[in-house]
Amino acid sequence: MAANGYEDVVKGDDAVPALEVQPQELYHAKSFWTRYIFCQDAKVIAVQYSLTAIAIGLVGLVSSWLIRMQIAYPGVIPMDASAYYQLVTMHGMIMVIYLLTALFLGGFGNYLIPLMVGARDMVFPYVNMLSYWVFLLAVLILVASYFVPGGPTGAGWTLYPPQAITSGTPGSGLGIILMIVSLAVFVVGFTMGGLNYVITTLQARTRGMTLMRLPLTVWGIFVATVLALFAFPALLVAGIMMLLDNILGTSFFMPAILEAGLGEQMAYDGGSPILFQHLFWFFGHPEVYIVALPAFGIVSDLISVHARKNIFGYRMMVWAIVIIGFLSFIVWAHHMYVAGMNPWFGFFFATTTLIIAIPTALKVYNWVLTLWRGNIQLTVPMLFAIGFLITFTNGGLTGLFLGNVIVDVPLSDTYFVVAHFHMVMGIAPVLVVYGAIYHWFPLITGRFLNNRLGKIHFWITFLGSYSIYFPMHYLGFMGVTRRYFEVFEGEAFPVSIVGINQFITIAALVTGFAQLVFFYNLIVSVKHGDKAEKNPWKACSLEWQTTEMPPGHGNFEKELPIVHRWAYDFSVPGANEDYIPQNISPSEVSNAQAEKT
Amino acid sequence: MSNRNKEESILQLLTQKPWDPAQAELDNLHSGQTIDLSTGKLGQRYIIIVSTIFFCLFIVTYSDRMIYADWQNMPEPLLLWFNTFVLLASSIIFISVQVASNKKQFEKVKRGLLMIGGLAFIFILGQLLVWQKLIGLGYYVAGNPANAYFYLFTALHGLHLIGGLIYWGMTIRKVWSFNEIIVKNAQHTVELCGIYWHFLLFVWLVLFGLMSFS
Repeated sequence: MAANGYEDVVKGDDAVPALEVQPQELYHAKSFWTRYIFCQDAKVIAVQYSLTAIAIGLVGLVSSWLIRMQIAYPGVIPMDASAYYQLVTMHGMIMVIYLLTALFLGGFGNYLIPLMVGARDMVFPYVNMLSYWVFLLAVLILVASYFVPGGPTGAGWTLYPPQAITSGTPGSGLGIILMIVSLAVFVVGFTMGGLNYVITTLQARTRGMTLMRLPLTVWGIFVATVLALFAFPALLVAGIMMLLDNILGTSFFMPAILEAGLGEQMAYDGGSPILFQHLFWFFGHPEVYIVALPAFGIVSDLISVHARKNIFGYRMMVWAIVIIGFLSFIVWAHHMYVAGMNPWFGFFFATTTLIIAIPTALKVYNWVLTLWRGNIQLTVPMLFAIGFLITFTNGGLTGLFLGNVIVDVPLSDTYFVVAHFHMVMGIAPVLVVYGAIYHWFPLITGRFLNNRLGKIHFWITFLGSYSIYFPMHYLGFMGVTRRYFEVFEGEAFPVSIVGINQFITIAALVTGFAQLVFFYNLIVSVKHGDKAEKNPWKACSLEWQTTEMPPGHGNFEKELPIVHRWAYDFSVPGANEDYIPQNISPSEVSNAQAEKT
Repeated sequence: MSNRNKEESILQLLTQKPWDPAQAELDNLHSGQTIDLSTGKLGQRYIIIVSTIFFCLFIVTYSDRMIYADWQNMPEPLLLWFNTFVLLASSIIFISVQVASNKKQFEKVKRGLLMIGGLAFIFILGQLLVWQKLIGLGYYVAGNPANAYFYLFTALHGLHLIGGLIYWGMTIRKVWSFNEIIVKNAQHTVELCGIYWHFLLFVWLVLFGLMSFS
């Protein structure tokens, strides 16, 4: 081996190279403040990110209840059209950016990347800590917008100019300014975090942990972070330019326009609102995959562990993640079919949109084939994983409808679109979040979440979500428009839409309140849940192979683990157990047919 | 230490079969890093990539906006050429500072860094004077999209330069308090600061060229 230029360490018949990654000097907290508040440990930062994201996510959830009440039972909760648009806008923005993005990357990314790659921490722990505090600042600025004169922006989560900054739109004063500033701060914070996720994955992996031995969770988070690296600057650029249009009176996006209500010519001239749309969706579409790719990765691991079977087509799964990531940058204008575009332009974007279905479908097939003849354990994480599979497939198929220009045009701005994107990037990733929390809760706390409550939570959430979004497709087919403050039966719509809307609202309230079961379970189980033994799910990946559980500061004891195999050695013929952890050397596995892997 | 994985192309990497015993023998020799760069350097590359995308997107919007009929180019004060020369000079001095740093000639490094900082302040002052002159001539930010882009580009570049000056301050601190133990740290910081400085010159040349010749 020395002839190959490696300084090898020989343990039995297992040769391993010397560690190339420099030993990391860890910051050791000395007080409560540095241990739990201004902490540089990625695991604590992960919990901080998650709790903040969930807290602001609850604001988004309550907003959705109020929106649904207005649609189905107008007048029961007093609100005017402005308040309705503000609720809709903040619901969308909070859920997409401040909940899902922050939770998947800041939460799961921080907790899992160092552990799964076999590192002691992120490579820049101080910057990592700063990233959380900058994120918190972004959230606080967002919350502050609720309390300024005029309230938060009601321009829709896409913040399209000109209406976002012209009078008549709720929150067109300070509300939109704070929204943009909050997003800009979020992007800065995320860039700090992303720096850590990418470089830790590339440079701080332990011995034997090649890129193609990484669990798919890390692949998903890694590629999503790279997407964000390219996509978030577009949001920042659009935000800065719109801020200047608003504050300094420039005309980047603002055309010559009459003031709403007054009819007077405004000082703007010549700007292009469509340019904003291009910038926004150049960010906005990859954003879908910034949320989806970590979910893809996590669900792959959940399915594999709980079906006791190696993931089917690991290489294809990695390729699919990378290809989807690339394609996500050349499909953005499918959000703009009705904005007016050259038919060839529309044809191009329809084609790329449909092509993206290929790697996505490939992943779905591979998940199903992983389940095929697996030793499926219907644990709560597995239930949520299967729920994701069904929901994502459903939402993905309606995406094929909307990707076609000719089908999209009549369905555009109807509830069919609302149903599609909630299924594919709302419910599906949230189901993965829940599955992941039930799966990794024992690692984080040393205790299980209550199984019975978990199953109740799953079934109400899963069936409830379908009760909400399935009927919405029909509303869309009937031409019921989204964003309307009030929708009446009459010439435009049949009477049945009232009943459907009421049914959806009741389902939304029930499903929403069912989440309290989860929060109750979460809070109670931290102290009173059943104690979990080490590696309770018998998983192969490194996060479960720490000496302590929950893992202590520095993740691993004196020695970093040495990786001898990929993360999916389940049910290996001849092996004593139905799993072989990544850090088990071939000499420690007797009789296994795959002992050399 | 060299590493077999580093020499692989992305295609070779993605065609590996991690479950295959033959591949496993190779994988077991993997010793950590993917790219042969320090984490600091890689972190800086990351920041530079984000900034490049940021400026590229602005340039795309510039080229889209300038085709509209209301676009009127601004006059180009001679002072802008002077400022460009100042920034160019600071970057050239930085090259000599990097060479001196590699040779551990830290007295020369100190002198060079002070000159660089001084030139950076002159550049920023010069840009502010350009602003003052243009505003005096009636070229306000909201007057025309060309004006708006000029102020936007100069402001964003200026902000990046102020960020560079903060890093320059950290470099000064490291170089001034250096002793034998942290020579490597000081050299590393000088090198990173230098790369960022050249990047800012490049960005300015692109933006200035775009505004001058488009």
